[in-house]
Amino acid sequence: MTMTYREALRQGLYEAFDRDERVFLMGEDVGKYGGTYAVSKGMLARYGPERIRDAPLSELAFVGAGIGAALGGMRPIVEIMTVNFSMLALDQIVNSAAMLRHMSGGQLGVPVVIRMSSGAGRQLAAQHSNALEAWYAHVPGLRVVAPATIDDARGMLIAALQSPDPVIVFEYPALFEMKGDLSGGTVDISSSAVRRKGSRVTLVTYGACLPKTLQAAEELDGEVIDLRVLRPLHMEEVLKSIQKTRRAVVVDEGWRSGSLAAEIMARIMEQAFYDLDAPVARVCREEVPIPYARHLEEAALPQPEKIVAAVKGLFG
Amino acid sequence: MIEFKLPSLGADMEEGKLLEWKVKPGDAVKRGQVIAVVDTSKAAVEVEVWNDGVVSELKTRPGETVPVGTVLALLLSPGESPAAAAAAKAPEAAAARRRISPAARKHAEEHGVNLDAVAGTGPGGAVTVEDVEKATQPKKEAARVEKAAAAVPDRAAEMRKAIAAAMSRSKREIPHYYLSQTVPMQRAQDWLAAANAGRPITARLLMAVLQLKAVALALGGFPDLNGFYRDGAHVPSAAVHLGVAISLRQGGLVAPAIHDVAELGLDELMRSLADLVRRARAGSLRSSEMSDPTVTVSNLGEGGVESVFPIIYPPQVAIVGFGTLSPRPWVTHDGGLQVMPTVVASVGADHRVSDGHRGALFLAELARLLQEPEKL
Repeated sequence: MTMTYREALRQGLYEAFDRDERVFLMGEDVGKYGGTYAVSKGMLARYGPERIRDAPLSELAFVGAGIGAALGGMRPIVEIMTVNFSMLALDQIVNSAAMLRHMSGGQLGVPVVIRMSSGAGRQLAAQHSNALEAWYAHVPGLRVVAPATIDDARGMLIAALQSPDPVIVFEYPALFEMKGDLSGGTVDISSSAVRRKGSRVTLVTYGACLPKTLQAAEELDGEVIDLRVLRPLHMEEVLKSIQKTRRAVVVDEGWRSGSLAAEIMARIMEQAFYDLDAPVARVCREEVPIPYARHLEEAALPQPEKIVAAVKGLFG
Repeated sequence: MIEFKLPSLGADMEEGKLLEWKVKPGDAVKRGQVIAVVDTSKAAVEVEVWNDGVVSELKTRPGETVPVGTVLALLLSPGESPAAAAAAKAPEAAAARRRISPAARKHAEEHGVNLDAVAGTGPGGAVTVEDVEKATQPKKEAARVEKAAAAVPDRAAEMRKAIAAAMSRSKREIPHYYLSQTVPMQRAQDWLAAANAGRPITARLLMAVLQLKAVALALGGFPDLNGFYRDGAHVPSAAVHLGVAISLRQGGLVAPAIHDVAELGLDELMRSLADLVRRARAGSLRSSEMSDPTVTVSNLGEGGVESVFPIIYPPQVAIVGFGTLSPRPWVTHDGGLQVMPTVVASVGADHRVSDGHRGALFLAELARLLQEPEKL
């Protein structure tokens, strides 16, 4: 069945709601407005105000409430409008959700799913264009996933709800109109995936950069690995691919310094040093606040041409 | 800072392929020390450095082919502050470490490949796995007989080309004149037989040694037959470095020098000659041996020829030939006839530098010297 990434996200929500009564959705404008990105459009009418709950404009409060509900046996899905606003809830996510299992000596688990959109490319200016996946991927106790395909958009949410511990799900407005076939099978939230076979270079990416990387790979004979899960990182496919290609470029929409790309590169160095024929390269967002002007925004983000150029730099 | 450049290892040489460095940055070197091995079209030649100093930077990598005159390495003069030079050169010095990818290093180790001989084509000239694989490829191919057979004519063809270039230039530019004289060799033969009588085979002298020594001594009085013709003028050489034409088994020839032959004792000369022939055939000559001959001697006696009319190897100005040692009817001083061992000595000389009269006097002196072998 062909559908958009947005419809697949909604499909995932439907299935999650239908299979488990403890599941409910909470966040800003998720009910009457149908969600900022219209993901939960129509869900209020279908599931009622008990399960589709509009929250006040306080990320700290409603994320904290979600954590409390999870502790109390519910399976809450908390939607934060974008990663930009999640900074207001960082204390709840890092100090409570991620650490309560440890702090309680294993007595408490926090099976909350926190969804938020991330990334730039829609002319929303600096404060609404951040890509901070790396911040969450830094924290032990969290599982962080980044669906970048139709199947993952639907399936990762369902898998996340099976987790006994908090899962952060990043969704990509840049991909919302992307269309594809939904296979409908289950997906895991523990592995990476080869999205394109190739032999000349390994391209490692995730999220909104996946289509750009696939585009670049076409002219490069690149092998594209979609990380899918940003914490805990699953390096097996990456390492296997580098054994074949001996070269790697990491494509990451986050800022370069202290980025996920930096972590991937470090792991490749640790685990695949003797397989390399060239230093690992990366294509990240420029280290500036994302500009509003379209051409400047495009220039600040990873693009297929930049990926191609980075790969060419790995050859003599 | 001293620039160590690729020397011309023969008039016909335009470029050379660096095969190996014998030194690394930081090594102290002495004038005359062999520091690199360069493949000319003729042989793998050991190249000497002409200054004392300390190697600062190797600029050419093994496997690279570069034109004559290219700076191969930088050396610090004795006393030159390494700190100052290093400060000025710091980033480059750091980059001087050869780039070899980790994968290539591992692959080479696993397959026993010498990375010094592998040229890099990766980023920044780094050696990649592909380069190492390519380097091992010819080895595998060489194992196949047909490929091995194909490789030899290639090398021979290159040398043929080099000889063709030098000889064409010689015949085009140098107006040769030729003279020859039959030299009685009875005394030389007797003396040699006596000298060799008590010696083990390995220490015996060859007639060629007497001839070489006589040529060197004779040339002392004929600077116009020794040295080079450069930029329209003769540049005489005080020393006599004899180029010895050596034919190679796979075809072609080289004429590397034995230095200061006039100063060498016969035993020393014999050892030098044997060593030179061995190394020429093994393809491991030194740069100075290739570039230094001030005159060449071509002895084709082994082949049984009566006389040799050789072609000058430019930029030299003369070449001496010897035919085979053979008995000939000989009229003695008193008009009698006897059988005399003789050899035909010849000279080909550059008429721009000397005239036939001088050549004749040289041959007479050479003949005279060969009559007093005990003085050689």
